[in-house]
Amino acid sequence: MKLPAPPLPRALRPTPPRPGENGRDGAPAAKPTAKDQAVEGAATVVGWLDERTGSTPFLRGFLYRKVPKGTNWFYTLGSATMFAFLSQAVTGVFLAMYYEPDPTRAYESAARITNEVFLGELVRGMHRWGSTVMIILVFLHMGRTFFFGAYKYPRELNWVIGVVLLVLTLAMGLTGYLLPFDQRSFWATVVAVNINSSGPIVGPYLADFLRAGAEFGPTTISRFYALHMLAIPGLIAALIGAHLYLVAKLGTTAPPWLKAEKKDLLTEEV
Amino acid sequence: MADPPKFDKKSRYTADRGIPGGFEGETVTRRRLMEGGAQLAGGVAVAAIALPGLGFALGPVFEDTTPTRWQDVGTEDDFDDESYVPRVINLVPEVGDPGKTTVYLRRYDQRRDASVEGQEPQPYVCISTRCTHVGCPVRYIQASQKFLCPCHGGVYGFEGQVEGGPPVRPLDRFYTRVTAGRVEVGDRFSVNSEFERFSPRDPSNHLDGGWQYLYPSRPTT
Repeated sequence: MKLPAPPLPRALRPTPPRPGENGRDGAPAAKPTAKDQAVEGAATVVGWLDERTGSTPFLRGFLYRKVPKGTNWFYTLGSATMFAFLSQAVTGVFLAMYYEPDPTRAYESAARITNEVFLGELVRGMHRWGSTVMIILVFLHMGRTFFFGAYKYPRELNWVIGVVLLVLTLAMGLTGYLLPFDQRSFWATVVAVNINSSGPIVGPYLADFLRAGAEFGPTTISRFYALHMLAIPGLIAALIGAHLYLVAKLGTTAPPWLKAEKKDLLTEEV
Repeated sequence: MADPPKFDKKSRYTADRGIPGGFEGETVTRRRLMEGGAQLAGGVAVAAIALPGLGFALGPVFEDTTPTRWQDVGTEDDFDDESYVPRVINLVPEVGDPGKTTVYLRRYDQRRDASVEGQEPQPYVCISTRCTHVGCPVRYIQASQKFLCPCHGGVYGFEGQVEGGPPVRPLDRFYTRVTAGRVEVGDRFSVNSEFERFSPRDPSNHLDGGWQYLYPSRPTT
């Protein structure tokens, strides 16, 4: 299929070689332009990497998979969730540059991010609203998987990994909620930890683990901070890797309203 | 000249392959021993890092982090047995304001307060404001002589007993003592509906009947 030429300005359009410079009939070939050299250089670098990593077959298999007929916008919810996570990771790293996880300093440092740091309000807002967006997207993605029957054989393990990711995402919400350390976040965390404590036998010990003691103590907030920015994101990133591997390995399912055809079940993704 | 003994080069056993030191009846092959040894060494190395790390994170669960601290809350004349007087005590001084909590004090009233066999009553009744549902702060309303919780509508009577809403046991109390005319408040303790003393439990932990065995006492308190 021939694509239409992009509407480039005249200066950027490729020019055909002038007569006498086209390398034919003994005429000298045109000297490579700076653009030709740049393209050639880039191709050399890519070729060098590919020769040493052999990544092209992997990337071709991963990025140019065949997808079933009927693939639609609902199939983008998983990627959307992952990009929400990446956005949270990036904004979270920047917030960590100004935040102090100390019970006497946390509120002031969070307030300083909002009120004084350049663009702090925006980055904190992205992180705060991004968390809500991520949880909404996780549930929409889960609903899509459920209603399309995409959890069925052989994809059960991916459903299980997804449920673990859901729980970890909620744990991110719980541990992150304490960090602004205002009245609302403090009392919400007190209540959440006490709800944990209501579990029989292990509940009280789990609450002690979360608080690092019987009362909300000097290391509770740094404990939540470490869980929020190191332990749980690491687990989520690793499990997203496993989740994506299984998606690429097993492929996606056709929507349930599509009847199975005898031939041409798969179509090339354009 | 005798033929040299024939060996099976593909066998897993040293005796079959003619390796010096090989013997009949070998149960563990060399390869298996090396594999097992390498895995054991790896396991020991991982455990040497993982177990201390895990213990480091879990340590506070097994450690008493609330040392006894007697806090002066006023003279004996400041309190009577008719109504509660609020006082602020500091449970965790290291964390600043979040470590402070309000308690309500009144003198122990022999006629009104339930007595528990085998337990010496405290000279002053010191009621914790931590709701036993999920830990919101309750407030004493003098007009109705009740403690009310703003979060989920828990209602407690004058002695802290549950009169309505979701709480699972009466309000916690603190030990009290009188030293040279000054009233002092010490450790927290929990009570069941008969006002029997228990080691401090988290809100939401039942203490009556068979329920109490689902919520054991913890090393941290």
